[in-house]
Amino acid sequence: MRQFLRVAWLVVQKDLRVESRSFEVVSTTLFFSVTVVLIFAFGLVREGRPADDVAAAILWIALAFSGTLALGRTFERERQAETLRALLMAPADRPALYVGKLAGMLVLLVLIEAVLVPLIGLLFQAPILRYPWSLAGLLLAGTVGFSAVGTLFAAMLVRARSRDVLLPILLYPMTVPVMIMGVRGTAALFQATPDEPLARFCLAFLVFIDVVFVTLALWTFEPVMTD
Amino acid sequence: MLAVAPWIIDGAPYESTMGLVQKIFYFHMPSAWLFLIAALVAGVASARFLFGRAPSADYWAVAAAEMAVVFGIITLVTGPLWARKAWGLWWVWDARLTSSLILWLIFVAYLLLRRFGGPGSDKLGAGMALFGLVNVPFIFVSVNVWRTLHPQTSVVPTLPVEMGAPLWFCLTAFLLLFLALMSMRAGLARQRARIEALYLSEDEA
Repeated sequence: MRQFLRVAWLVVQKDLRVESRSFEVVSTTLFFSVTVVLIFAFGLVREGRPADDVAAAILWIALAFSGTLALGRTFERERQAETLRALLMAPADRPALYVGKLAGMLVLLVLIEAVLVPLIGLLFQAPILRYPWSLAGLLLAGTVGFSAVGTLFAAMLVRARSRDVLLPILLYPMTVPVMIMGVRGTAALFQATPDEPLARFCLAFLVFIDVVFVTLALWTFEPVMTD
Repeated sequence: MLAVAPWIIDGAPYESTMGLVQKIFYFHMPSAWLFLIAALVAGVASARFLFGRAPSADYWAVAAAEMAVVFGIITLVTGPLWARKAWGLWWVWDARLTSSLILWLIFVAYLLLRRFGGPGSDKLGAGMALFGLVNVPFIFVSVNVWRTLHPQTSVVPTLPVEMGAPLWFCLTAFLLLFLALMSMRAGLARQRARIEALYLSEDEA
């Protein structure tokens, strides 16, 4: 178990160090997510007033788009440098590699959320500070669910042809439950009369999805990544 | 059996409020059931392929996934035709409709992956189908946030015999069609794999 955690931690460290040298994925993804939100603003804000209850949806859509981009870029970098192959050849547990990649992805997406959420609050007058902990919980649980599937699929697709198109095609239908629960829960917190029980139900369900997705991904990562 | 089905359906009595349109039901429900069965077969076969390393399981997985897409199309086309008359709308964002649509999308994505994924896509597809299968209950619960309009399945055993008989007849016909198409498709996949193996051994010789 300690060995497992150590390998995972080493992979996280490696990913973060590579990223901190160039800031390639963070900066591009961050800028992309800001432009996505702006495009939504131009589509949905009329006469200076945003349409009702759209903030939650925009937040999650922007997250899904940027998440896909970040996943694609991270694994493309691994592929170009042939480092993923090296990782897989290392005498380490495959599931530990997966956990490391997943944790690195989570750090990245949480950074992006830290910018996205205030931006949405600013542009769409969403009450982001009303229930800060519930909102953070929903975002974190949703991000884990999204990245659990995303990391597995992006890793699988590294060797496939036309992977750029295939990643969102595979990922979006699969993460529909995460999206629905995330949007519903966040909307319940943002609406004029907040519905806390609904948000709590969504959070619990998201955690349940996370547990199943991560378990299943750990289980399939080994056979899928072996030639 | 499919050729006789129209006459048998014609013989069934009209439903009191919906009239003629209700007869779509005899095609709609069997294909919907087979859509789910095909999805189930694809998921289980993929799991066997992934963990048991049985190549034949992969042929069944591809065949079942194609069947799922075909019967899914039949379900998704006959559904709105009926809904237009019964509910007055082509499409309702109801739990069952939405889940079927998402499940159908997952299998279309699976086929796209198999078609364009290049080498190694069989394993990726297996992982994907496995996730799709596990995802079904989540999709259903999460989509249930909307109110359900669709009739409960408990209506089937209580149908009068004159309506029940054509339904079971159609279900059997569709089931046989499903089995025939699927085993043909799996056979095709097997032949293709054998030809490829032959080519490879020819190249090496």
